[in-house]
Amino acid sequence: MSLYILPKERLPGFVDNLRAGFRVVGPVRTETGFAFDTIHSADELALDYPTTILPPKKYLLPQRETLFTFHTGTSEQGARQIDVQPAFEDVQPTVILGVHTCDMHGIMLYDKVFTEGYRDEHYIARREQTYIVGIECLRPCDEASFCKDMGTLTAPPVYDLHMTAVDGMYLIDTGTEKGERLLLSNVEVHLATTEDIRRLSQTLSAKWPHFRHRLKMTKDQIPSLMTINYGSNIWDTLGERCLACGSCTNVCPTCFCFDVQDEMDLNMSEGQRSRIWDSCQLHEFALVAGGHNFRGSKASRVRHRMMRKGKYIQQVHSLTGCTGCGRCQRACLVDITIPGTLNALYDEMQIDLNPATGA
Amino acid sequence: MFETAPNLVTTTTPRPTNGHSSIYLPTVAQVVGVQTETVFEKVYTVRLPGGKNLGHRPGQFVMVSIPGVGEAPISVMSSPSRTHDTFRLCIRNAGDLTGVIHDTVLPGDSIGIRGPFGRGFPLEVFKGKDVLVAPGGLGMAPARSLIDEILDNRDEYGRLVVLYGAKNPSEILFREELRAWRQRDDIELFVTVDRPDESWVGHIGVITRLFPRVQINPFKTVAITIGPPVMYRFVVMELLGKGLTPDQIWMSFERRMKCGVGKCGHCQVNHRYSCQDGPAWTYAEALAFEEAL
Repeated sequence: MSLYILPKERLPGFVDNLRAGFRVVGPVRTETGFAFDTIHSADELALDYPTTILPPKKYLLPQRETLFTFHTGTSEQGARQIDVQPAFEDVQPTVILGVHTCDMHGIMLYDKVFTEGYRDEHYIARREQTYIVGIECLRPCDEASFCKDMGTLTAPPVYDLHMTAVDGMYLIDTGTEKGERLLLSNVEVHLATTEDIRRLSQTLSAKWPHFRHRLKMTKDQIPSLMTINYGSNIWDTLGERCLACGSCTNVCPTCFCFDVQDEMDLNMSEGQRSRIWDSCQLHEFALVAGGHNFRGSKASRVRHRMMRKGKYIQQVHSLTGCTGCGRCQRACLVDITIPGTLNALYDEMQIDLNPATGA
Repeated sequence: MFETAPNLVTTTTPRPTNGHSSIYLPTVAQVVGVQTETVFEKVYTVRLPGGKNLGHRPGQFVMVSIPGVGEAPISVMSSPSRTHDTFRLCIRNAGDLTGVIHDTVLPGDSIGIRGPFGRGFPLEVFKGKDVLVAPGGLGMAPARSLIDEILDNRDEYGRLVVLYGAKNPSEILFREELRAWRQRDDIELFVTVDRPDESWVGHIGVITRLFPRVQINPFKTVAITIGPPVMYRFVVMELLGKGLTPDQIWMSFERRMKCGVGKCGHCQVNHRYSCQDGPAWTYAEALAFEEAL
C-alpha cells in the first residue's frame, strides 16, 4: 500500500465513478451549516467544511433501526404464537467521504464497542460494507473544538483511504487493500514521488501551530481528574443549568447508548422491535420498574456523561471517550462545555492540592 | 473482522448468541405452567424449543419479551440443579410488560427469551463455606435459585442460613417451600415482616432485625443479599458487624436494562455494565463504584 496523487480536478470524476457502485456520503452545505448526506453530484461535496452538526455515526448506527420483525397470532387452541425474523437494515455498499480525524476516532471506538463481547451483527453488517475516506484537518474547524488536546488531530487506523490537500492535489494514503482497490479502480492516480512526499510532510508539520490547546491538563490526566472530582460541587452547579434535553449526546461521536422499542402495525399482529438513540441525560434513562431512579437528578446525569467522556470509556475500551470535536458545546443551549468543566475541575484540584492554601 | 481495522482485536471472548444471527433476536419459548404466588407475583414455567437446558447459574437473568409490548430482565428462579427441560421465572406485576404478562400469559402461550445473561454467583467460591442468604421482597426469587442449588448439593456446603424479609404476610413468597425448609435440620430459616396482620405470629420488623438471632463463623461464611436498593446498606452494616469482610458479601444490582449484552448503556454502574459484569457483585467491588450504593 502506498501514497498516491489525485489531482484535484479528477475528484469529481472519482466521486461520479464511486456513485455508480456505492451510496456516496459526504459533507454538504445545508441551510444551517454542514451535514453528512448522500452525494448526488460531485459539486455538492464540500470537503473544506469546518464541521458538521452530526458526526457520520448515523451511517453506522442509524437513529432508528429495526432489529427484527415479528408476527403474533393465535393457535387453534387459543395460545399466543410468535414468529420472529431478524432484520438487517440499511446495509449497503457505502463510501463515507471526507471524515475528519476526530470522527475517525469515534468510529474506531464504535468498532470496538460493537465487536467486543457480544458481536452486534447489525452494526457489523453495515460496517463491513462501508469504506471510510478521511481527510486531514489542516485548519481548526472553529473555537469549540479541542482535538489537539485529545490527541485526535491525527488519523487513527480506521480509514480505507485518507486524503491530504496539498496545493492542487490530494495525497492519498491507502489504509487497507480494499481501499487501494477502490481508489485504483475508480480514478486514475499515480504514485507519489519523493518530492510529493516531502511536500506532504511539510504540510502536515506546518498545520500544528494553527491549532490551539484549550485544556489546562494533558489527556492522560483526565481520568484521574475525574476520579478525584467525583464529589465536586461542580456537578450540582452544572445540574442546575442543564436542561436535560439530550442534545449533547445526540451529536456526540462516542455516544452509542440506545433504547429498544416495539411497534405494532395497525393490524395488531405484525410489527417490529427497533433501537433508537437514547440519552443518559434524560430522566427515564436509569429508571427501573417500581419507580427507583439510579440517576434521578440532573447533576448525577451531567456527571455521568462527563465521567463517560473523561474516564469510563477509556477504562473499558482503552480509547478516548471524547474526541474533542466540540459538537456538544455547539449544541448546548446553556453553554455547558467539556473543556470548561475539565478546566474548572483542574483549577479546583490545584487549590485543593496546594498544602499552603488547600482545604 | 474488518479489513479496515487491524487493531480490532477483541479483548473479551466473543460470546455465543444461541445460534441466532442477531444478539437481539429472542428465542421463542413456551410457557408450560403458571402459578399464582401472591397478589403481585406469579411463577411461570418456561420451556425452550426442544426442551433445551437454559444452562444458567444462580443469579443470572434472562430477557423476557412479548413482541409488540416490550422486553425486560427477569431473574431465573429455578436452580441449575432443578433445571432440565424447563426453567422458572417469578414475575412481579410492576411495569408495562410484566402487567401484560400477568394479565394475558397462560400455559401454551409463546414468549421471547434471550440469555441467560450476567455473571451470576460463583458457586465454586461458595463451596465448602457456610452460606448466609438474606433476600428482601422479590429478591427471594433469585435467592431460590441459590438456595435450591445448595439444598440439592447439600454435602458441598457448610451451614445454610436464610434471613428473609417481606413487607407483609401476604407478600411472602414460596410459603410451601418455607414450610418444607422449616422441617429440615440442614437449613436455618428466619422470616420477618415489616407490617404484620392479625394472623402473623412470626418476627416483626425490617430484615436487619433478624441478624442478631444468628451467629456465624466470620472466617468461613459468605453472605448473599438480594433485594431492593434501599435494603443493601443496612444489611451490609449488619454483615460487617458480624466480622465479614467486603469480599465475603455478595449482592445483586437491579438496573434498567434494554439489551442485556453490554451495549445499550442503561445498566451502567460507573464504568461497569451490570448486565455483563453483574448483576452479582461483591461489596468490595461495589465499594470501588461511587454509583453502586
